[in-house]
Amino acid sequence: MTAYIVRRLAWIVVLLALVSALTFVVFYVVPSTDPAQLRAGRNPSPDLVESIRHTYGLDKSKPAQYADFLERAVLHGDLGYSYGHDEPVRQLIFDRLPATIYLTLGAVIVWLAVAIPVGLISAIRRHSIFDRLAMGIALLAISAPVYWLGLVCLYLFSKDIGQFPIFLGSGTYVPPTTDFGTFFGSMIMPWFVLAASFAAFYARLLRSNVLEVMSEDYIRTARAKGVRERIVIRRHVMRSAMTPLVTVLGLDIGVLLGGAILAETVFNIPGIGRLSYEAIQNGDLPVIQGTVLLGAFFIVFLNLVVDIVYAYLDPRIRYS
Amino acid sequence: MAPLLSVENLSVSFDTDDGVVHAVDGVSFQLEAGAVLGVVGESGSGKSVSSLTLLGLTRSARTTVTGRASFDGEDLLAAPEERLRRLRGNDVAMIFQDPLSALHPFYRVGAQLSEAVLAHRDVSKQEARDRAVEMLGLVGIADAKRRLDSYPHELSGGTRQRVMIAMALMNDPKLLIADEPTTALDVTVQAQILELLARLRDELGMAMVIVTHDLGVVASIADEVAVMYAGRIVERASTETIFDAPEHPYTWGLLGSMPRLDALDGADLVPIPGRPPSLIARPGGCHFHPRCPYVREAHKVVDPELVAVEDDPAHAVRCLLPSATRRRVWQELRAGVAPERARTDVIEAEEGER
Repeated sequence: MTAYIVRRLAWIVVLLALVSALTFVVFYVVPSTDPAQLRAGRNPSPDLVESIRHTYGLDKSKPAQYADFLERAVLHGDLGYSYGHDEPVRQLIFDRLPATIYLTLGAVIVWLAVAIPVGLISAIRRHSIFDRLAMGIALLAISAPVYWLGLVCLYLFSKDIGQFPIFLGSGTYVPPTTDFGTFFGSMIMPWFVLAASFAAFYARLLRSNVLEVMSEDYIRTARAKGVRERIVIRRHVMRSAMTPLVTVLGLDIGVLLGGAILAETVFNIPGIGRLSYEAIQNGDLPVIQGTVLLGAFFIVFLNLVVDIVYAYLDPRIRYS
Repeated sequence: MAPLLSVENLSVSFDTDDGVVHAVDGVSFQLEAGAVLGVVGESGSGKSVSSLTLLGLTRSARTTVTGRASFDGEDLLAAPEERLRRLRGNDVAMIFQDPLSALHPFYRVGAQLSEAVLAHRDVSKQEARDRAVEMLGLVGIADAKRRLDSYPHELSGGTRQRVMIAMALMNDPKLLIADEPTTALDVTVQAQILELLARLRDELGMAMVIVTHDLGVVASIADEVAVMYAGRIVERASTETIFDAPEHPYTWGLLGSMPRLDALDGADLVPIPGRPPSLIARPGGCHFHPRCPYVREAHKVVDPELVAVEDDPAHAVRCLLPSATRRRVWQELRAGVAPERARTDVIEAEEGER
């Protein structure tokens, strides 16, 4: 197992190198904007542009630029200096990461708290009114894009522009260490909006898993043993039906930690998603590079975590 | 003394999207304490559904069950779910065809065995584990204590089925229902499991219902055999009679398609032609008529009853052929004559007599 984990970690390094190279090619070699031009203001003199280019190191050859980046990143953990924010990229990421983590974890709690009971009851009472209603709503929730749902919720419920001013609206985020009450109030809508489609998807997934497991022979065995139905469901059905959810959950968390761009933008939450969105708009290449790497890291790392957890949950799986 | 298990006119049908499936249709049998009944038939003949229904395991909104069934004086079909739950795994235990899929893949053998005791008795976990070790020893698993910590996938097929049997024995049941207990196993292992079941019957005096498609399985262990076809019992007799003097063409077919070491030289295996009928739209008249080599026009319309044969009240047959004809055909078949030939021979003989 240890050897397996070491091998996988080595792979993560290789993958990240590949991702960084790919991002470099996309944004530095074939860029959509010239960052130096963007910084130089209106009608700049060629000299000014050239000097900015020199400051950013953009006048070196492309391979040399990439080598510089790799050297700094690998040897010093330095992801470069933001063109726009006047701060090291690493610092920016550390500043922005907490908001993304709070958003993600809160949403995860919301969607699991909704999806698990709904999926389970839908499966046990298959074809009931509850099941039909829940699965119908789930279909709607899956189809609703986050930015649309977010805007609708802001229009309906936000304290500033809402028709029914209940919750704090867009741009009210403060770190929980500053004022937990305001933080919590401002995150309620983002959590629910981000969680909506996930909750729907997980409820449907769990429902179909439970139905599949209920027809397994070992569930019949449990009943034939005289185990109470409640325990059959809890111990035998749920254990099997939840396990595949772990895989999906791990990957979804990985994706969201890389930045929930839409939710963070609509609700104006200063997280990784907004950071990368702004970086792309402003041609802030080092920040783009940094956030892409961060996102890639979370995805591959949580992939590894999922595989390890899965081996723990399903004794039939052994890595060597 | 009243029989341990008595089933009268049991019918089970499932309402599916394709139509009503008549899985079991008017099945009756009785089982004395300590006796072994073999229920034989092809897949889809209703043999598994009958036993699952007795334990309430087919209950659902789309299932209709009629008839009567009592176990130890208790009405099984009318019993509330909680009462049946107390019966299951306690007084009546079940083992299933494929021990790999019948054991939970995520739990250790010890936990699954203990659960059977803990579901019914107020004992400590340690006592339950001790009982598990004892039962694993009884079913012939070496190093029982260590096996408690194994997962099902770490065991061989035969050992897994022994674990299933041990699990069934945890609460000293009066009746064991074994649903195709050997079908998923290697032939050599099959023999070991049958031997084990026979030993348990002798040592524990437990009654058994053995559901199988394989007449060979019941030959060694059952006292009585019920042959099922399309949800009905078509022949019921002592095991000896089923093998020596069967009277139903379907039973003949099963015997003819069974490889036997004591078969006459040159006697070929004769498969039953055709396929089991759909239980949604069953053939009219005798349900077996489309596959019966001895069918006559009237049999396609008249529905036969299960009737005791003249000189043996324990032997009942659901067939429209006259008893004398059936015995003649069997004599021919037993001598190694092919069904087609036997049919012509018997018709000629009957015409000669007229």
